[in-house]
Parts: sequence; C-alpha cells; structure tokens
Amino acid sequence: MSPENLNQSPDSDVGSLNFEETRLTLGLPGVECRGCKSGVKRGFSETVDLNLGSSSSGCGGGDDDKRSSGENDVLDSAKPPAAKAQVVGWPPVRASRKNAMKSCKYVKVAVDGAPYLRKVDLEMYNTYQQLLSALEDMFSCFTIRNYLNERKIMDQVNGVEYVPTYEDKDGDWMLIGDVPWKMFVESCKRLRLMKSSEAIGLAPRTPSKNSSTS
Amino acid sequence: MESYSKRKRECPSSPESTQPSSFPDEVLERVLALLTSHKDRSSVSLVCKDWYNAERWSRTRVFIGNCYSVSPEILARRFPNIRCVILKGKPRFSDFNLVPHNWGADIHAWLVAFANNYPFLEELRLKRMAVNDESLEFLALNFPNFKVLSLLSCDGFSTDGLAAITTHCKNLTELDIHENGVEDRSGNWLSCFPESFTSLEVLNYANLSSEVNFDALERLVSRCKSLKVLKVNKSISLEQLQRLLVRAPQLVELGTGTFVQELTPRQCAELESAFNNCKNIHTLSGLWEATVLHLPALYPACSNLTFLNLSYAALQSGELAKLLAHCPRLQRLWVLDTVEDKGLEAVGSNCPLLEELRVFPADPFDEEIIHGVTEAGFLAVSFGCRRLHYVLYFCRQMTNAAVATIVQNCPDFTHFRLCIMNPGQPDYLTNEPMDEAFGAVVRTCTKLQRLSVSGLLTDLTFEYIGNYAKNLEVLSVAFAGSSDWGMQCVLGGCSKLRKLEIRDCPFGNLALLSGLEKYESMRSLWMSACKLTMSGCRRLAREMPRLNVEVMKEDGSDDGHADKVYVYRTVAGPRRDAPPSVLTL
Repeated sequence: MSPENLNQSPDSDVGSLNFEETRLTLGLPGVECRGCKSGVKRGFSETVDLNLGSSSSGCGGGDDDKRSSGENDVLDSAKPPAAKAQVVGWPPVRASRKNAMKSCKYVKVAVDGAPYLRKVDLEMYNTYQQLLSALEDMFSCFTIRNYLNERKIMDQVNGVEYVPTYEDKDGDWMLIGDVPWKMFVESCKRLRLMKSSEAIGLAPRTPSKNSSTS
Repeated sequence: MESYSKRKRECPSSPESTQPSSFPDEVLERVLALLTSHKDRSSVSLVCKDWYNAERWSRTRVFIGNCYSVSPEILARRFPNIRCVILKGKPRFSDFNLVPHNWGADIHAWLVAFANNYPFLEELRLKRMAVNDESLEFLALNFPNFKVLSLLSCDGFSTDGLAAITTHCKNLTELDIHENGVEDRSGNWLSCFPESFTSLEVLNYANLSSEVNFDALERLVSRCKSLKVLKVNKSISLEQLQRLLVRAPQLVELGTGTFVQELTPRQCAELESAFNNCKNIHTLSGLWEATVLHLPALYPACSNLTFLNLSYAALQSGELAKLLAHCPRLQRLWVLDTVEDKGLEAVGSNCPLLEELRVFPADPFDEEIIHGVTEAGFLAVSFGCRRLHYVLYFCRQMTNAAVATIVQNCPDFTHFRLCIMNPGQPDYLTNEPMDEAFGAVVRTCTKLQRLSVSGLLTDLTFEYIGNYAKNLEVLSVAFAGSSDWGMQCVLGGCSKLRKLEIRDCPFGNLALLSGLEKYESMRSLWMSACKLTMSGCRRLAREMPRLNVEVMKEDGSDDGHADKVYVYRTVAGPRRDAPPSVLTL
C-alpha cells in the first residue's frame, strides 16, 4: 500500500499530525458514489499508524508478511526475552493454524487517544449499524448517537465525539457510510475513530462531482 | 482369514524355571490377546520368558514413540504378527520450524520391512514422519489388506501420493490426512476411489486446500453406508454441505466446509433440516468463517455434542454464547481468542461437563493488537467447569493469584499448558515472576502429567516442579530459568519424566550431565538455544552408549556451541540416515 500515487499536500508533514491540511469530502449517508477520490486527502495518513510503540510502519497490509515467522532469521538467544523481535517458532502455533486466519477480512481499529488497537472482522457484519454497534461494544465507553443522520460516536465519560473513518485500498481516508456496505468491506483497510474536533474542514459533498450511483 | 505366522514350539520349559509353566501357551496367548494397553503389555513381557514369548506372539498393535529408538528389523524379529503400527518421528518442536527440514524420520525403510514381515498390515498411523509419494505408492501396492491410513503433521508428500492410496487400497476404511505439509496439486485423489468402493468409514481431508470433484464426493458419501466421520475442506460450500448431510445422517463426526454463503430462505431451511436429521453427531469442526447468520442452522445437531472445534471460526463472544446454550453436554471445546473473556464466561456458564479447553491465538504475531483472552477468562471457566482437566491457553497477560485460584477450583488437571505469548513476561499486576503460579499448579494438581510453562520464571519454578510434580511425564520450557540448578531440580525430582523439551534457557553442561543416569528412562530430551557446548555433549555420548546424542548446527554459529541437541534412548544404535547438518556423537 504505497502513498506515492496520491496527491499529497506538499505541506503535509509526515512526522506530525497536520490536520489543517486535512480535507475529507463527505457525502450524506446513503449517497452512492463509486470511486470518488478527488478531494480526499490523506495528509495525516502516514502518521495515523500511531506511535504505539510498535515496529510496524504505516501499513496495515503488512500484517501477513509477519505471520511466517519461520522464515525470519533466528533470534540471537543471548538477547533478553523482552525484545519484541520475531522469534523463530514462538509463540508455538502450528503452521496450519497460522494460515487459518488469513482469509478473514480483519481490519485494525484505532481510536484517537486510546493506547491500543483492536481488530474487527468486517465479514461478521452486514450493515454499518451492526459494525458501529460492535465498535461500541468493543470500546465500551462509547455510545452511538445518530445525530442529524450522521454517524457519530460519543464517549460518555469525557463527552468527546468521534467520527468513524476508514482508509480504503488506495490509501484515502473516507467517512464511514459513504459507499454501499459490500463495497466498503471490499475496500476498507483499517478504521479510525477520529475526534470530531480534529476532523475539521468536513463538508458535505457538492453535487458537481461525479455522483453516479453504483 | 489372514494367516498368522505360526509359532514353532520352543523348549517346553525354559531352563530357568524349576517347574513347567502352569498355563498351556495357547491359553496364555488367548488371555494376553485381550490386553490392549501398551504399558500393560510391556509389563507382561517382563514377567518371565514364557510370558515374554506369549506376549510377543499375541501382539497385533505396536506403538513406537520415537522411530529411531528401535529399528524395523528388531521390531520384526520380536513381533511376528503385527497388524497395526503407530509411529512417531521428529521431535515436537519441528512443528514450530525448529528442526532442520531434512532431519530424517523417513517412513520408507519401515515400509520395506513391513512388506517383508507384515504383508497383512492393516493400519498405519504416523505422526511427524517424512512421507513421500513414492512411499505412499509402495504402501498402496504392497499391502492388500490395508485399511487405515492416518497422517498427522507429516510432510514430503503430495496429493498424487494420496491418489495412489485411493486408487489401489480396495479395503480402505479410514483416510485421515491432518495438519500435514502436503503439496496440494489437485483434488483429483478423491475421484480415484473406484465406483465399486464402499468400505469407507472415516474421511478427513480438512486441511487440504484443493477443491475435489463434488459429484464424486457426493456419490462416495452415498454409497459408503458405514461412513461415520466426514471432515471436508474449506472449498465445500454450505449448499454442498447440505447435500452431503442428507446422504449421511448417520455421521458421528462432522467437519464442515466454509460456513458462510448467500443462501435463500429455502436453502437455509433445508440446511437446518439436514442438521436436524443428524442426531448422532458428537464431534463438530471446520466452520470456517462461521458467522451469526448461519450458525443457528447447527443448533438442532448440537444436543449430543461432546467435542466442538471452533479453532478455525473467528467467533465473537455473543455468537459463542448463543451456540453454547445449545451444547449442554460439551466435554471438549477448542476456540480462538476472538471470543475474549466474555466468551469464556459463557463457557463457564453453559458447559458444566467441560473437561478440556483449548484457546488458540487468532493473531499470534501481531504485537500491536491487544485483545484476546486474559486471566479473567480462564478464571471464569474454572469457576463454572469444575471437571476441567486439560487446558491449552494462549494469552497475553496472567497473574500468579489467578492461576492459584484456577487450580483450587480445578485440582484435577492432568494437562496444564499455559502460553503467555510475550517471552519472559512477569505477573502483570505485581511485576513478579510467575514462579508461584506454577508452584500452585504442581502442588495442587497431583495428577499432573503434562506441563508447559511460560512467563518470567526463575529456578524457583523448577524447584517446585522437582519437588511436587511426581506424576509429570512431559515438560515444555521456553525462555525460563536462571541457572543450571533449575534443570537439575527437574531431572532429580520428576521420577516419571519421559519427555523434556527446552528452548532458550540458561541451562548448560552441568545441567545436561546431571541427568546422565536419567535419560535412559526417558524417551527424549530436546535442548535448543541453551548453553550447551560440543564437549559437554560428547561427554554425555561417551558415558551413555545406549543414548543417541545428536547435535544440529546452525550456520555461522560458534564451533564449540551446541545449538540444538536431541538426546534419546535407543536399541538401534546411531542412525545412519542423518543429514550432514546433524552430528551423532
């Protein structure tokens, strides 16, 4: 998944979150718009893969490469066991089990401000509502508020609102709900619950764009 | 009927005995023929020479836990009437890529010996053996009575070899191909069963990936009226599954294919009806990609379920809970950690008869993800399932206190395999080593036979094990211990120890050599990435000639260092088929 083929704002600073450059185009939920990428920027996309202390950089699709730890170099046994490097044959899971999960449509879910990622299997759900309910269950302090037909998630404890977004196959960040469910499952690479306050510059999509329905 | 090799009468009474044996030999043989346990038979053979002979003539099933501990020739000399052979080959850590690929355990020499000595061989069950297509073809062509082939964790063969079996073995009752490294070229092997072939009782090809010809499968299932076990692979759809079930309502064990598909309401009803007619199913597996949509179709078939294998179905807690509500008789459950602690609470609530639980990690290698199960889930199960005696639990956090409570709730553990996935991780609440957890396990669970330890562990864990685990037979250790003393405690204290496998621990020559006397009473010892040197291994080999001491060298490692060491007792002497990277000292 490479960002090179996108129009990145030349001012976007890969090393920091630069929200001023972020412009997400929105469609009102239910408007179908195939492949409407223009105007969607991912100025923060590379930085979204958060500094969670992990060694992976930016690419959710890179998961599969890590699975075959058997092919990695043998960890020097003199290293302290706390090192997070890949160790041959550890955890002791058989090869046939490693392959079992590959076909599921698992995507990572990041929540702004939360210290860890979760994963959901998009194949489990048939509608956006089901997905959002599941996210609500997972990050149990949230409730879903359908406010003016927009899908927003509210953290009851601290009153912060989140907007569910996702990164698609082309690396663009889109608002959840724009496209038909199946298309969303097909193209979604990862999810991010972004704080509403930081998702500034959101605007409804203007009809002058190609709005052909699928 | 098959002909038995007839025993020639040897001297009527052995020179050592002062009076003739009180039983005629024929009676003794008849009586001994009723013994099935390998251990019992071994004991019997030690009583006296007459009993040894009676036992060897009456034995039809032989179990060889390490294929290099004995040679095919020795086997054939002792046991003339074998019908069934169970053979295990590579060390268990070969499952995790720690053993060189060409290490050995090739079945072929055995098959040649069997063809000469046991032409009426019926059953072969292999685990971690190297099997190639040529061997499978040889097997198919040389044993006219061959009935049962079970291959577990074997590698080196392709589906062409399977085709040889299905083509030629006219009396086959069981074909069980499970978790092997198979080169999957096509599903053609299934179509090679002749149309006249009807004897199949067990078919398991769940871990192959190629699609078989469905019409051929459907016809096979239709005409094999004794089919009891059917485990298909992922390429079988729900619709196809329904058609198979309709033809085989007598199934006792079922492995489904992919459990998700767009079905019309009529098709859903048909599926549910098919399951409803399968009232004899006690084992269920497969269920790839099972979702809330179609799981309810299963419910009617779950009332007699005793073993549910969900380890390929990434279920969430709610789905698992709903499913378990229909499985009151469940004794064995395998799940993925996607069910999380909440799912395990449902296990505790719904499965009072549960004896075995295995929780596998859905994402073992992704460190960013913090989910899965914790000590809370294990605790919940222990409160609800007091009969639990077998557990395999992969988790990312654990506490000493939780384990102590768990074994208090379930003191009958025979198999306790805990894998805290981050090597050397302490109790996450107290930051202390996990020594007290395993101390509690060995103190409380007096029947413990198998133990796998993990987390941050000092020599104290091994002191506990040596002092208390008097029935322990198998111990697996990784990234643990502080010094040689730990291993010495285990070798000195665990009198029934049979298999010891150790990786990445600070145990060296002193520890290795402290077990000199012990290794002949064990099946094997594996030590990798420890502190052994070649001179220590050589000394062991010198002092104990009836042990094979094998050292596997890694590329580019220090010459004096013994990277991987495998020690096992044998009556067959050093093996002659080792590859260059394996030195037998």
